[in-house]
Amino acid sequence: MSAEDTPKDYSESPINLEYFYTAGSATTRFLNQVKEGNIVGQACPKCKAVYVPPRGSCPRCGVATDIEVPLTDKGCIESFTVVHIPIPGNPIVPPYVCAMIRLDGANISFLHLIQEVDIEQIRIGMRIQAVWKPKEEWTHSLENIKWFAPIDEPDIDVATLRFQEL
Amino acid sequence: MSDSKDLLRAPFELAYNYKRSNGPVMSKFFEALGEQKILGTKSSAGKVFSPAAEFDPETHESLKEIVEVGPGGAVESFSWIETPQHHHLIKEPFAFALIKLDGADTCMLHMVANCNEADLSIGSRVTANWSEVQEQRITDIKFFTLEK
Repeated sequence: MSAEDTPKDYSESPINLEYFYTAGSATTRFLNQVKEGNIVGQACPKCKAVYVPPRGSCPRCGVATDIEVPLTDKGCIESFTVVHIPIPGNPIVPPYVCAMIRLDGANISFLHLIQEVDIEQIRIGMRIQAVWKPKEEWTHSLENIKWFAPIDEPDIDVATLRFQEL
Repeated sequence: MSDSKDLLRAPFELAYNYKRSNGPVMSKFFEALGEQKILGTKSSAGKVFSPAAEFDPETHESLKEIVEVGPGGAVESFSWIETPQHHHLIKEPFAFALIKLDGADTCMLHMVANCNEADLSIGSRVTANWSEVQEQRITDIKFFTLEK
């Protein structure tokens, strides 16, 4: 802050929180597979819904999702946002696309980045595939996937993305 | 179920800066801290708020009259920090205290240092110690110490 700013209209208010995150057993199993480049969802033994990333239980049936289901790194865009506003400290230059990714065979989606795409062309149901970091950089994180990029396959029927009643 | 020792665990840090608008009254309060003065605001009923308040929380009266308070005051309440953590500004045992500055009717939250827990009690007289560099922040008051 420069001296010209007096009288002091603003105060810098830094916020700093340090904490430990402990993954539960379901997330630990999932991330151990992610470190090897595999995406393994978990299925509900009752309603058969496949969760990725898995949280260990089916919110619909209230039972443990102890069936492991290997998935590919292909899927479609379930929902997306084009981000135009830069966020301080974020190295990604706007405009860029954040999307909810529905992997093939999964019943829920997760948030990731879409790149290598013409923003005018982006749409719900668009087919995409993971672009991975080099193997030597893989850790216990979905950031092993740099982003998802469109692939040359026909769009998914949007109706199949709707919530499936039991 | 995995053995808990096999669970993944990782440190995370959430940190960001933001700017807070001080408003007309707090601006004067912080400006004065830069000159090693502590200000309060006085209501029409004569109640003095320090740190300076923009409004009386009971009557909602807009507070414009500025008065200087302190630098001495009395401890109204305190919590002794025997083992300061890395984010505390004082590395020796100290107290967070509510301090009613001389001339004020409300309390300021600050730190009391350079004393033992046994030396401190409700009603203890303390006085402001100023930081070496004034930045128009609440930390311009380095801490309070017991009056000699």
